[in-house]
Amino acid sequence: MTALLAVWFLPPRASDIAREVDALFYGLLVLCGIIAIGVCAAVVLFCLRYRQGSNATRQAEQKTIPLEITWSVIPLVIFIGIFIWAGAVYFHMSKPPDNATEVHVVGKQWMWKIQHPNGRREINEIHLLVNHPVKLLMTSQDVIHDVFVPAFRTKQDVVPGRYTIEWFTPIKTGDYHLFCAEYCGDGHSRMGGWVHVLAPDAYAKWLADTSTTETVVAAGARLFQARGCAGCHGPNATVHAPPLNGIFGHPVALSTGKTVIADEQYIHDSILQPKKDIVAGYPDNLMPTYQGQLGEEEVMELIGYIKALGSTSGGVP
Amino acid sequence: MSAESPVAHQFEDATQQREAATLGMWVFLATEVLFFGAMFLGYTVYRLKYPEVFRLASEHTIIVIGTINTGILLLSSFTMVLAVRAAEYKRRLALITFLCITALFGIAFLVLKGFEYTQEIHEGLFPGSHFQFTEADPYTARMFFYLYFLMTGVHALHVTIGVIMLGIFALRAMLTLKLERLSTAVDLLGLYWHFVDIVWVFLFPLIYLVDRHS
Amino acid sequence: MNAIATPQAAPQPPIHEPNYLVVENTVRSWLLTTDHKRIGILYMISITLFFLVGGAAATLMRLNLLTPQGALVTSTTYNKLFTIHGVIMVWFFLIPSVPTVIGNFVLPMMLGARDVAFPRLNLASWYLFVGGGAFALWAIIAGGVDTGWTFYTPYSSTYANGHVIAMATGIFIAGFGSIATGLNFIVTVHKMRAPGLTWHKLPLFVWSMYSTSVILVLATPVLAITLVLMALERAFGIGIFDPAIGGDPLLFQHLFWFYSHPAVYIMILPGMGVVSEIIACFSRKAVFGYYFVAYSSVAIAVLGFVVWGHHMFVSSQSIYAGMVFSILSFLVSIPSAIKVFNWTATLYRGSIWFQTPFLYVLGFIGLFTIGGLTGLFLAALAVDVHLTDTYFVIAHFHYIMVGGMVMAYLGGLHYWWPKISGRMYPELLAKLSALFIFAGFNLTFFPQFILGYLGMPRRYHAYAPEFQVLNVLSTAGASILAIGYFLPLAYFLWSLRYGKVAGRNPWNATGLEWTTDSPPPKHNFAVVPVVTEPPYAYDPVAAEEALAAERKQREPAYVR
Repeated sequence: MTALLAVWFLPPRASDIAREVDALFYGLLVLCGIIAIGVCAAVVLFCLRYRQGSNATRQAEQKTIPLEITWSVIPLVIFIGIFIWAGAVYFHMSKPPDNATEVHVVGKQWMWKIQHPNGRREINEIHLLVNHPVKLLMTSQDVIHDVFVPAFRTKQDVVPGRYTIEWFTPIKTGDYHLFCAEYCGDGHSRMGGWVHVLAPDAYAKWLADTSTTETVVAAGARLFQARGCAGCHGPNATVHAPPLNGIFGHPVALSTGKTVIADEQYIHDSILQPKKDIVAGYPDNLMPTYQGQLGEEEVMELIGYIKALGSTSGGVP
Repeated sequence: MSAESPVAHQFEDATQQREAATLGMWVFLATEVLFFGAMFLGYTVYRLKYPEVFRLASEHTIIVIGTINTGILLLSSFTMVLAVRAAEYKRRLALITFLCITALFGIAFLVLKGFEYTQEIHEGLFPGSHFQFTEADPYTARMFFYLYFLMTGVHALHVTIGVIMLGIFALRAMLTLKLERLSTAVDLLGLYWHFVDIVWVFLFPLIYLVDRHS
Repeated sequence: MNAIATPQAAPQPPIHEPNYLVVENTVRSWLLTTDHKRIGILYMISITLFFLVGGAAATLMRLNLLTPQGALVTSTTYNKLFTIHGVIMVWFFLIPSVPTVIGNFVLPMMLGARDVAFPRLNLASWYLFVGGGAFALWAIIAGGVDTGWTFYTPYSSTYANGHVIAMATGIFIAGFGSIATGLNFIVTVHKMRAPGLTWHKLPLFVWSMYSTSVILVLATPVLAITLVLMALERAFGIGIFDPAIGGDPLLFQHLFWFYSHPAVYIMILPGMGVVSEIIACFSRKAVFGYYFVAYSSVAIAVLGFVVWGHHMFVSSQSIYAGMVFSILSFLVSIPSAIKVFNWTATLYRGSIWFQTPFLYVLGFIGLFTIGGLTGLFLAALAVDVHLTDTYFVIAHFHYIMVGGMVMAYLGGLHYWWPKISGRMYPELLAKLSALFIFAGFNLTFFPQFILGYLGMPRRYHAYAPEFQVLNVLSTAGASILAIGYFLPLAYFLWSLRYGKVAGRNPWNATGLEWTTDSPPPKHNFAVVPVVTEPPYAYDPVAAEEALAAERKQREPAYVR
């Protein structure tokens, strides 16, 4: 019986967080069900019992304050409880573990472009290994999109000009819908695909079953040379440019006096809008913009490369 | 107060009419605060996001004109108060004079603003297709000027409406037989005019003065 | 059957003036009227027309959703349809509905006033509404807009094709009409109450209209500027919202929702006011907890301004902002819960009289409760991640706006119809329509909760095949709902000619509006009413006694 209901009303529970989200959902369902049924039952009962002409007692006025306080304070306490519970799960959903595999996602009207760390690209599909956490690093090339995997209970807007993260650990093999969930124009309804979660041997087979080229890091290294980045930022550069070894994840002092952490967004903006955040000590600000010359996937590859650069503080001072 | 404006049919007496009109003007000004407030919010957000570029861009506004304009508006608020007082004391000539002087101040503000806009457009600072800015990221600088022209433009529109109303009231003051009828209306126009002045008092430092080095 | 109640002021003496409907009958006297009652009628006609347009769009949408492939219309057309449906229903039907139709008509009379504070401004606000509507209709006829009623950037400012600026202009102009109406009501409530009518003697409808007016006046200007910024960006390509040229798409969302969340309270508070009036009258009992219900309206208006970020939990706003907006959203639900409990308690030991307005109010309480409770799901952060942008949200807000507000609007129309037209509507047919609407509504929207949880995203022209059964159920419900909406249109018109003459106070209600003629004379009252009684001086005990006495009189005498 529950299996039947399950097919009809419950979406598959395919990520580790799905269980916690469902627990919250059903808890809320029970609570709200009780309140809704309670109110409706009270209304129906009162209407029947006190209908005109019935012989129940009538009373024009009642004491209001004790009841008012009761039915204000009790819901308040319950709601705060739900907030804390839901907030805790949400907090967990916002912090990807360090060992999560990073998969790059670029959305554009009306398709998803995916790149795995080993360089393998996919369109509208993501193949994943079961029981291993995955972090999607996402951006859009044009308007706001959204990656929604109902089976995982995760969703995140994909915004142009910034990076957003969505992470999950798939716990069940299978094929699950991936939907775009932020209206983006004509092809919004067809901008979807599939997440394929595979067991280890199937995944290994899929991984090997390809003539892939270079990994993300290798691609980034190639771009770093080919597009002239090494000319100023490389080890043999003669131009005064900020060193990039080990920069990722560390603080950078800007010319305005502010300090920022060099994360994906910072590096993205430094490449495409170099005049936005100028590093302290580089007043000449010679870096040209690569806006229009590098696609979002290429920027992601460069970021992958920069992340991998050694943790020494070398480079041209 | 004996015979003010004839009492409209929905009101019991002149006092109620005057109180209703005054409250109406205050509520209207509250909506204007929110209207300008949204623009101020947008400006503040971008100023905080791009402080350096906005500073450099703001130095292209003409501070001399801005300062003179501030002085003009403050003076005009003073003459407006004198006009309100004249209406209250039923001194026709004083009322007409001060309404006209206030309007002239308003026109002077607009003329000077016009000069400033012309100069800035000449320098290629109007955020259209001929925009040019060399000292910093042009996209961000363009955003400064977009907000600058929008905020000062909407303000100037409000000043223009104020000037027109001042003109109309000056005419009515000239032509009406019963000067008492104008007392409430002039009072409320005064409220509006002071509001327009206050908006400028916030606009001027935010756009012209903050962090200005030259 | 009419039971005893004490009106707030003495009934008006006999009035020998012609009523407001017949006093002048040229087209000019209608189009240039400053009479709040006629302006209410003008609004009633215009919003009904807009409702038909928005409803037609919804019909086509639901027909298209019968099949997973969405074979009825192209995706572009579908996208235009849901945009039209949203824009028209929000700005040209729901926001005006109770305030400009029932509020304009009844509010001054409830206060014992002859008109609103600024009658000419009132007429101007109707013209602004109609003018804005003309732009919106033009945008639709000229080819439509496909951005969604939310106009998210950069899609709307850079990528969308269509008459976005014309549509935005229409909303901008109509917005000034709303601001004018709100301003008028605020000043009227402050300055034009009858002698003896203190704030705490005001009917609860006035409290909710006042709170609504405060929101109208403070929130709408922000929408105006946001639309201007978006339109200018579209026209001149300046990057305030477009990240490709340095702008911030989230700034648009913050500005837009700062207005649009309070806007949804504009779209429910007036309905809550109507519910309070009707429930008191038809339980023959004062609303339980007057002060709590009155001040909960104020609380909703205030708190409604600080929760806008709950529309943006997955937008990439910071998780800490999310936490703040989540807790505030839970808080804002408390005043609404208080109202529902108070209304339920009003029924206790009352004397319940089942007339059509009361049926609509019962529907409101049930459906608004469900809609409001589902809001808790959406306020809970982790659950909202799964449910946002799905059909769950659509079901949530339709339960509140249609199951709540539209039911309240219809209930209010039935309640005040005798006052507005001097005629009664046909009771049996009206009850039947109410049932049709209730049944049709639930069949349309309950399956959508399930669809949302299953993962069907919103604004989808075509969908995954496993969602079809629920979609078909929903469309079936929509057809029943449509019938339910057409019936009142028909019988209200019928009643103008053939309805029973109503008399001053067919419901024996206590408000000041019921002390004067139906329909009222142009200036509402012959003498200024002097208020001596509290509102809702109903007495269910006396009501039952009077009823028993009446029945005893009608019983044939027989030997037991």
